Amino acid sequence: MTSQTTTLTQQRRIGLRIERRLEQPLWLRVLTPFILIAAALLIGALLLSLVGANPWVVYNKMASIAFGSAHGWSDTTIKATPLILAGLGVSIAFRMRLWNIGAEGQLFIGAWVATGFALFWLPRDTPQAIMLLVMAIGGFVGGALWAFVPGVLKAKLNINEIITSLMLTYVAILWNNYWIYGPWSDRGFGLTPQFPRNAWLPRFTDYSGDFPFLRGITAHAGIFLALAVAILLWFVWKRTKWGYEVKVIGDNPRAGQYAGMYLARKIMAVMLLSGGLAGLAGMAEVSGVVHRLQERFSPGYGFTAIIVAWLAKLNPLAIVLVAYLFGGLLVGSDAIQPAGIAKMLQGVVLFVVVGGELLLQYRIKVGRSASS
Amino acid sequence: MTTSPYAVEMRGITKRFPGVLANDRVDFQVRKGEIHALLGENGAGKSTLMNILSGLYRPDEGEIAIHGQVVEFHSPRDAIRHGVGMVHQHFMLTPSQSVAENVFLGAREIGFVLNPQRMAAEVRRIAEQYRLPVDPNAKIWQLSVGEQQRVEIIKILYRGAEILILDEPTAVLTPQEAENLFVTLRSMAADNKTIIFISHKLEEVLSIADRITVLRSGRVAATLPAQGVTKTELANLMVGRQVLFQLEKPPVQRGEVRLRLDKVCALDDKQLPALCEVSLTVHSGEIVGVAGVAGNGQRELAEAICGLRPLTAGAIEVAGERMTRPTARRMIDAGVAYVPEDRNATGSAPNLSVAENLILKSYRRAEMGAGPFLDLSAMERIAASLVKSFNILTPSIKTPVRKLSGGNLQKVLLAREISSQPKVLIAASPTRGLDIGATESVRSLLLQERSQGAAILLISEDLDEIFAISDRIVVLYEGRIMGEFETADADLTEVGLLMAGGRTPSESFATQDKG
Ligand SMILES: Nc1ncnc2c1ncn2[C@@H]1O[C@H](COP(=O)(O)OP(=O)(O)OP(=O)(O)O)[C@@H](O)[C@H]1O
Ligand SMILES: [Mg+2]
Repeated sequence: MTSQTTTLTQQRRIGLRIERRLEQPLWLRVLTPFILIAAALLIGALLLSLVGANPWVVYNKMASIAFGSAHGWSDTTIKATPLILAGLGVSIAFRMRLWNIGAEGQLFIGAWVATGFALFWLPRDTPQAIMLLVMAIGGFVGGALWAFVPGVLKAKLNINEIITSLMLTYVAILWNNYWIYGPWSDRGFGLTPQFPRNAWLPRFTDYSGDFPFLRGITAHAGIFLALAVAILLWFVWKRTKWGYEVKVIGDNPRAGQYAGMYLARKIMAVMLLSGGLAGLAGMAEVSGVVHRLQERFSPGYGFTAIIVAWLAKLNPLAIVLVAYLFGGLLVGSDAIQPAGIAKMLQGVVLFVVVGGELLLQYRIKVGRSASS
Repeated sequence: MTTSPYAVEMRGITKRFPGVLANDRVDFQVRKGEIHALLGENGAGKSTLMNILSGLYRPDEGEIAIHGQVVEFHSPRDAIRHGVGMVHQHFMLTPSQSVAENVFLGAREIGFVLNPQRMAAEVRRIAEQYRLPVDPNAKIWQLSVGEQQRVEIIKILYRGAEILILDEPTAVLTPQEAENLFVTLRSMAADNKTIIFISHKLEEVLSIADRITVLRSGRVAATLPAQGVTKTELANLMVGRQVLFQLEKPPVQRGEVRLRLDKVCALDDKQLPALCEVSLTVHSGEIVGVAGVAGNGQRELAEAICGLRPLTAGAIEVAGERMTRPTARRMIDAGVAYVPEDRNATGSAPNLSVAENLILKSYRRAEMGAGPFLDLSAMERIAASLVKSFNILTPSIKTPVRKLSGGNLQKVLLAREISSQPKVLIAASPTRGLDIGATESVRSLLLQERSQGAAILLISEDLDEIFAISDRIVVLYEGRIMGEFETADADLTEVGLLMAGGRTPSESFATQDKG
């Protein structure tokens, strides 16, 4: 054996290698969203300095606008609310590897149904509690049914849900436009009349009579709903048989079938819930913020929600956190001029976040390597 | 500089996984042009060592020299550049593409434009040189497992492999296919290629290997020439104590009929008839063995009984309950347990933990949590006790099962199915990929279940296994039952003949008018 030792020690050099990680360590999985957002901000800073702005000043301003005051937090909460609800919605489907990317459309339909109840289908003097309850249930059911269509097609005919859910989003937006320019239009503009007060979700500022410090805090009760759903979902994944089934089917549908789970039924149920939460996001947005249905009342919450869910690794509590970060980004970048810069920054963040996720699966290794 | 006589030298290789020392200072040498067998119990670290040699894992310590030159592999691509290629037990082929396309897929030098004729010709050349018959234009999904394995071998040969590693190649092959593979391996060795292969089957190791290395708990127990070693010596080296090749089989005590198939017909995945009017009964307290060459309807038979494949005609009766449209849920509730041959693709959820996989069949029961709730502590308690009583080697019950060695995953499945105290147990190739110790313990577990009164249907290509533990034998050929014997009266050659489609005189008379 010793006779070979001489040949085993040959010349070596120091080299850099990029190699795929076999396993992502826990610390990396936890830090991923933060690393990615930091990287995005760094690239954003480069671009900002290219257009002649001082990135430090811009970021400082964004941060203080989004998180520096009670009003900032309120605005951020307003943006985070639909992101949480819709993000939780898509995360349910994603857990089972059902790629429901039509949350935006489900959100529009949810808002449309809620609007119908607020303005037309219930008597104007319906008590607020009943009005809101009906709107919320209606919004949920609307979004759920909109997602049910791709769900049934997937379950029964194995039609790709990515395509159907996305196409239905455009249908939903056009449907919405028809009603706000047509039958429900307020004097021909692309919006409906304002909701009666009993169809508004309570806002903090509504209580400023008793608590003056709440004046101007326009965040609404939707956030409590969102947080409650997040906690409920966390519990469902951890502690229920239903959550266990979703986990098994998501990992290996054949194993689910083998264990006697009903796959088709599960796909439909998951899509219903997924869309329902997106619909609820739409209801909360029209009832809590806009107080009417109008064109583009959502700046793509349903799409951003996909990124939020993904970055949060589908963990319901992490979704809340990430949604707040994105909410802050939306609020902060709304306040910088010109608006194009803000859009660009958001684009950079999305791009880096999606691309960086992939990059972090590799590692760089410094080490000696044998010459060959 | 002297040239080394060794094609492969691994020195002081150590590999740790969280909670497991998979390889512990392993020294492993393979001579150029030899066939070297790697033996060891389940979880001994064989696959890990070979994954290191083929660049899939990196060792924590130790070094590797190929033909005397120290190398450091960072990917399988690095390894193949040095002539080291591995055929994994789970093939890595693209089902929808042709054989030729799969061979060329990922090979760098071909550029963007594929020339189908040239590719097919190249595949044919390699196939002929090493006697690996396969049609270059066939799609992967149309091929049998044995043919897919040949494609994998051609693939690494095309990439210039001089050192071939085969991880349990014969576990998925019929005896005939295995014999063909050995012919190929010998011709490659004669061509001065170096072959390392992993196996649990001692006879075949002794018949084909030049030298043998035995691993035990991550360490090398011995490296020795195959000449002059006996099965028992090898077994003792693997386990580290005396092994008995003896099974206690008490006489059969038949009870009532637990499982009755009444002219069952079913289709395969391509929607072609796979089962034709299969009728059979299994009584409480007996083991019925289904003999047959793979691909003659075994999988469809098991799946039909377990409600995973619709019947096109006929009925199945479980403990007196007659069903023409069984579902998986109904069958589980009726007390049918199933150990599928395909433990990764069907029997487990790879990224879920050992505990979560152990409750796959029982989670709906009340003891796993009231109503919609899942009782985590009950799950952990049950999992911990099963891991203990079935001797499952795992760092913890929270480890994802994809990290378990093949044999230990099989124990997870067996533990789960047997612990449900089934009325009927369908076991498909239950000892495939298990080491001798585990094989014996699985067989004695089946016999134990039989004594408890379970009705067991054992589907296996391993005739020795069928003869060893079943009480009755039926032969399945092209989806039909060709004959039925009491094991005591059965004759090995007659069964073998029926498996190949031949008919005994009396039989052929009876089935003639059916066509
Ligand atoms: N990726 C991994 N992560 C963690 N542990 C692992 C991993 N791969 C293997 N192990 C552990 O390392 C040990 C050796 O596993 P290995 O797969 O090498 O065994 P083996 O000898 O091939 O067994 P078998 O005959 O059952 O295939 C086992 O205890 C296994 O659980
Ligand atoms: Mg192995």
